Amino acid sequence: MRESISINVRRSQLGRARGVGAGHSGVGHWRSERITSIALVPLTLWFIYAMLHLVGAPQPAVAAWVSNPINATLLLVLIFVTFQHMHLGFQVICEDYVSNKWQMTLMILGAKAVSLVLGLLASVAVLKLALT
Amino acid sequence: MKDVRDALMVAYTSDGKTVRRPLSPHLQIYAPQITSILSIMNRVTGIALSVGTLLLVWWLVAAASGPGAFAAVQGFVASPVGLFVLFGWTTSLLFHFFNGIRHLAWDAGFGFDLPQTYTSGWAVVIATAVSTVLVWAVGLWLL
Repeated sequence: MRESISINVRRSQLGRARGVGAGHSGVGHWRSERITSIALVPLTLWFIYAMLHLVGAPQPAVAAWVSNPINATLLLVLIFVTFQHMHLGFQVICEDYVSNKWQMTLMILGAKAVSLVLGLLASVAVLKLALT
Repeated sequence: MKDVRDALMVAYTSDGKTVRRPLSPHLQIYAPQITSILSIMNRVTGIALSVGTLLLVWWLVAAASGPGAFAAVQGFVASPVGLFVLFGWTTSLLFHFFNGIRHLAWDAGFGFDLPQTYTSGWAVVIATAVSTVLVWAVGLWLL
């Protein structure tokens, strides 16, 4: 009598599923990746427009352009969202193709560190141009 | 067991019996399709753009450092290698842009039919080609 067998599990279904197998923490990552990509649609269009506006411009002209608060703010947002999207995307690629767990973790953490440093470096450069 | 790879083909049915299951065919078995090519190109261009951010960071840091450093970036970008890198960067950015919108449409539940997937795939290829040429035409005209 298969039907009569029952087990009482005093844990919620969510509690049982959390942290098991591939279900570590996918939703937050997935959502961040989509939100950053949606934000990057208008930002990329603006960036292409800005680069065409600045094509061949000498340093003083570029400095003057960045010193406009709107341009500086949009650049900072672009930098933040780009590097965020970059390390999220790189993480998925590592998770898919690097089978060694240690190597994978090191590559993901390395990419996050590089994204952080490059993003900060670019932001500091923008702030220096914007505030001087 | 004739082939050692059979050792990896072990699976269990829901009632616990062991069965021999086939492996999925490896990458070189499949003929290239627009769907698979564009899928991997999304990752390739993503990596290319990640490397390309170095150019953006260099450009911004040089602009913040002064006219001498900025002239060095401009010299690199105007060189044959620099132009090639910038052209690849533009193509990658526009491809990732259009294919990203395609992905967002899928995430929202649109365009899953095979004919629609093919149409949107070719639309991405054409949009990338046209917009890359357009951006460079405008850029060179403004220069």
